[in-house]
Amino acid sequence: MGNRNVKHALWGLLFISPWVIGFLCFQLYPLALSLYYSLTDSSLVKIGEFIGLDNYVKLFTKDKDFFPSMRVTVLYTFVAVPAKLAFALLIAVILNKNSRMMNIYRTVYYLPSILGASVAISLLWRFLFMNEGVVNSLLGKIGIPSINWLGSPKVALYTISLLVVWQFGTSMVLFLAGLKNIPAELYDAAKVDGSGKLRTFAAVTLPLLTPIIFFNLIMQLIGALQEFTAAFIVTNGGPMKATYLIGLKIYDEAFMQMRMGYASAVSWVLFLFILVVTLLIFRTSRYWVHYEDGGRS
Amino acid sequence: MNVTTRRFAKNGLRHFGLVLIGLVMIYPLLWLFFASFKSNPDLFGSLDLWPDHFVWSSYAKGWAGSGQYTYSTFFVNTFMLVLPTVLFTVLSSLLVGYGFARFTFPLRNVAFALMITTLMLPQTVILIPRYLIFRNLGWVDSYMPFIVPALFGCFPFFIFMMVQFIRGLPRELDESAVMDGCGPITILFKILLPLCIPAMVSATIFQFIWTWNDFFNQLVFINSVKKYPISLALRMSIDATGGATEWNQVIAMAILSILPSMIIFFLAQKYFVEGIATTGIKG
Repeated sequence: MGNRNVKHALWGLLFISPWVIGFLCFQLYPLALSLYYSLTDSSLVKIGEFIGLDNYVKLFTKDKDFFPSMRVTVLYTFVAVPAKLAFALLIAVILNKNSRMMNIYRTVYYLPSILGASVAISLLWRFLFMNEGVVNSLLGKIGIPSINWLGSPKVALYTISLLVVWQFGTSMVLFLAGLKNIPAELYDAAKVDGSGKLRTFAAVTLPLLTPIIFFNLIMQLIGALQEFTAAFIVTNGGPMKATYLIGLKIYDEAFMQMRMGYASAVSWVLFLFILVVTLLIFRTSRYWVHYEDGGRS
Repeated sequence: MNVTTRRFAKNGLRHFGLVLIGLVMIYPLLWLFFASFKSNPDLFGSLDLWPDHFVWSSYAKGWAGSGQYTYSTFFVNTFMLVLPTVLFTVLSSLLVGYGFARFTFPLRNVAFALMITTLMLPQTVILIPRYLIFRNLGWVDSYMPFIVPALFGCFPFFIFMMVQFIRGLPRELDESAVMDGCGPITILFKILLPLCIPAMVSATIFQFIWTWNDFFNQLVFINSVKKYPISLALRMSIDATGGATEWNQVIAMAILSILPSMIIFFLAQKYFVEGIATTGIKG
């Protein structure tokens, strides 16, 4: 390597050094530390003794909340994420036209998404879905009896899921961008072949959108499996722990019960779960995700 | 029906459906807005947006708060937390993005892959050690847990965005600047930075809104009411108030808490609705 190349490389390293430091100090080191803590009986006050896999054993054999909590989390994820993506895709396909009106719709549909799972929106959800709330009043007007949206263990989780579906804007915008990238020739060709709308959608639109479906799916899954705010503010894990997502459990264990070691173990199980799910989707992706360059990217 | 009437009917139906969905999307927000002007009993059991009689005092009373601090404190706190976080995120992402996009150095691809991987690292798993580390540094109950990671590029999403953006800028710009005797720093700040403004604006907007809306990290790292940002203050109002809660005041403050995000959204709509996707989903 010439002198100039060395200098060039040093400049590059200098520029990325903030990230290198941040990665080592605030990501890799905490990750390793959390693995270590998960093998100790640490509390909020002191780093505990090494106890091997005890936390994990307790988690899987004695903890009455862990499996229900995982079940609720998985159920939530598998309801909220597909519903959100399906809705986002449907709306994106309908809105994929250039006109003033479509821009207005896009803006309106995106609006809820910028508010995220903020406290204000969680509060709003409480008001909409409480027994004397707006939604039940509306149902009453059309003759449907009130539903106990937040108080019934069977329903509460779906009520929370609706909040996520309502915020489908970001996924919609990503789908819209993907739709814009589909070459018009393909649609022309489909027309020449005499394909109907549904067939064109299934044979042209959907396959070409799979990279974006994939991206959306991964990001939404990772987000949903860690969901916290909505369930914390709207239902606080209840009723009867029906919305006690694993994120809430980790928070409880760590900062309420002050069992840092145990909470770390729970978070590692969640982490491994997310990893496995993500890897599985990556693995299956070559069967259903189509890249324009034939899968080399 | 002939073709034109049929098309007309179909279009009408489409718009009807879209407007209906639009109403569902927007109605809750409108309800929240008008609810802040309703009397407390009026809040329950009514579909009407319009208050029976307007209560104007909710904002003033809500702002005054119930305890020691008013919402002035909470708003100032939020800005003290959010603004440096956003500024440092954008700055560090620009620097690191430039490094990845324009320089070759050993292990660059490995580093880049690691950076992308951290996009998928669940924040929950590093939260507890981060909490302990920050506590040992004496940063808990300050805004440092938000500001310092931002300074050190802990938001890979924005770095990735900058890398993609800078890669799209012609290298000839850099090369001719080198001919003129410019160093890397001059190139970055004098030549590339002005061109990167669209990406920097997007990053600013998104990071502002995400940090503003964030609740979980604030809940974990901030404990004294004096330092509460709005989200924690709101949650305190929700919890503190028992049966006889002045809900309209809480709602009024909720409206104020989402106002900055709303304003930014309407000012920078095209960045959201058009721009969000142009940066690099395709890698």
